[in-house]
Amino acid sequence: MLAKRIIPCLDVRDGKVVKGVNFEGIREVGDPVACAAEYNRQGADEIVFYDITASHEGRGVILDVVRETAKQVFVPLTVGGGIKTVDDIRETLRAGADKVSVNSQAVQNPQLIRDGADIFGSQCICVGIDAKKTKAGNWTVFINGGRIDMELDLLDWVKQIEQLGAGEICLNSIDTDGVKGGFDLPMLKAVVDAVRIPVIASGGAGKLGDFAEAFEKTDCSAALAASLFHFHELTVDEVKADCRSKGIIVR
Amino acid sequence: MIGIVDYGAGNIFSVKHALDYLGMENMLTDDPAMLRKADAVILPGVGAFPAAMRMLTQKGLVSAVQEAAKQKPLLGICLGMQMLLEKSYEFEECAGLGLIPGTVEPLDAPGLIIPHMGWNKLEMGVDCPLLHGLGERPYVYFVHSFAAKCAEKDLAAWVTYGSKVPAMVYNGSYVFGAQFHPEKSGEVGLQILRNFGGLV
Repeated sequence: MLAKRIIPCLDVRDGKVVKGVNFEGIREVGDPVACAAEYNRQGADEIVFYDITASHEGRGVILDVVRETAKQVFVPLTVGGGIKTVDDIRETLRAGADKVSVNSQAVQNPQLIRDGADIFGSQCICVGIDAKKTKAGNWTVFINGGRIDMELDLLDWVKQIEQLGAGEICLNSIDTDGVKGGFDLPMLKAVVDAVRIPVIASGGAGKLGDFAEAFEKTDCSAALAASLFHFHELTVDEVKADCRSKGIIVR
Repeated sequence: MIGIVDYGAGNIFSVKHALDYLGMENMLTDDPAMLRKADAVILPGVGAFPAAMRMLTQKGLVSAVQEAAKQKPLLGICLGMQMLLEKSYEFEECAGLGLIPGTVEPLDAPGLIIPHMGWNKLEMGVDCPLLHGLGERPYVYFVHSFAAKCAEKDLAAWVTYGSKVPAMVYNGSYVFGAQFHPEKSGEVGLQILRNFGGLV
């Protein structure tokens, strides 16, 4: 049986690990390569680097981080943030990433998903989504770190992503991100039920049981958290032990 | 010295990084003469079967890999494992290296997500030196949409994903094939590569 994955995410700016709360008031600490190695030791099933550097110079820094990590960490690595073109995807995979995660750029240029999947294979292309509930009760997709509402219906978007050949969706809820009250289960379930590609739950994990709850109440394939692991509130192995004790299959 | 076949497909650097990390001497090469000199050969691969076989053929590597299979340890990884079989039906019918009897066919996993991507637990078949000492939870990392069909006598490990999916094939002497990525399978994967190094 395929195991449910627990994925720590490292938000990296200018080569350092940071983690924001609701994308505002970012706190800074840590060397990303050392953090990745520690997560590997704790049993992380995959490690995500999310590059929140906007500048061009920052791009080279994140690729160096990936290159260094790939020499000592032997689990799949995903890189997101700042990926705008097929050349960016190629460069990132060459640096040692196994997958890329595209977000704002995919919304503005959906063809990037198709081109990436055609050239490098669907399994390399994860589409990251930041979404938020509307007053009408549906969810819409936001870009630029949750700042701009594209007024694009979430469920329409995920179906389009799947048709374009994306291999995976990483779904972040702006409403629950950084709040630590648990994943956004209604949103997660709606998306998981709308597509057949794997969905990673993101945004909102605050305590041990939140991960198992996401796996028990939805068919999501993986769950991701950043600050929770980064500030040592929980370790990956603690989360896995909790899932295992509840009969959820984890590595 | 382990020769890693560099025929222009896939993320071969992760295989190299893993061998470097383990202190196992290796080289990337597309030169048949270098493969003949190597003490063991790894055939990596990500991508489509026909394109990969074409590249191997164009570079004159087919006979070098087939010869290696008779004389020294050979490990095919992912698509490299599938190429060890006789033929594949990915896109078109295409001959493989014919080192393990059997074919490569679409994964039989009705209702499940394709590709089979993620960590799955090995169930052991025929005894295989690469699979010794893997501990109680031998989870390894898979990414594939096609799978081998082969005889039980060549099946060293499988996983369950809709059906019984061959994970490691072994011909009982020098030829090994891993459908999963040992170079991305954490400590279990590193142990498999260490075991392979131990045969050199």
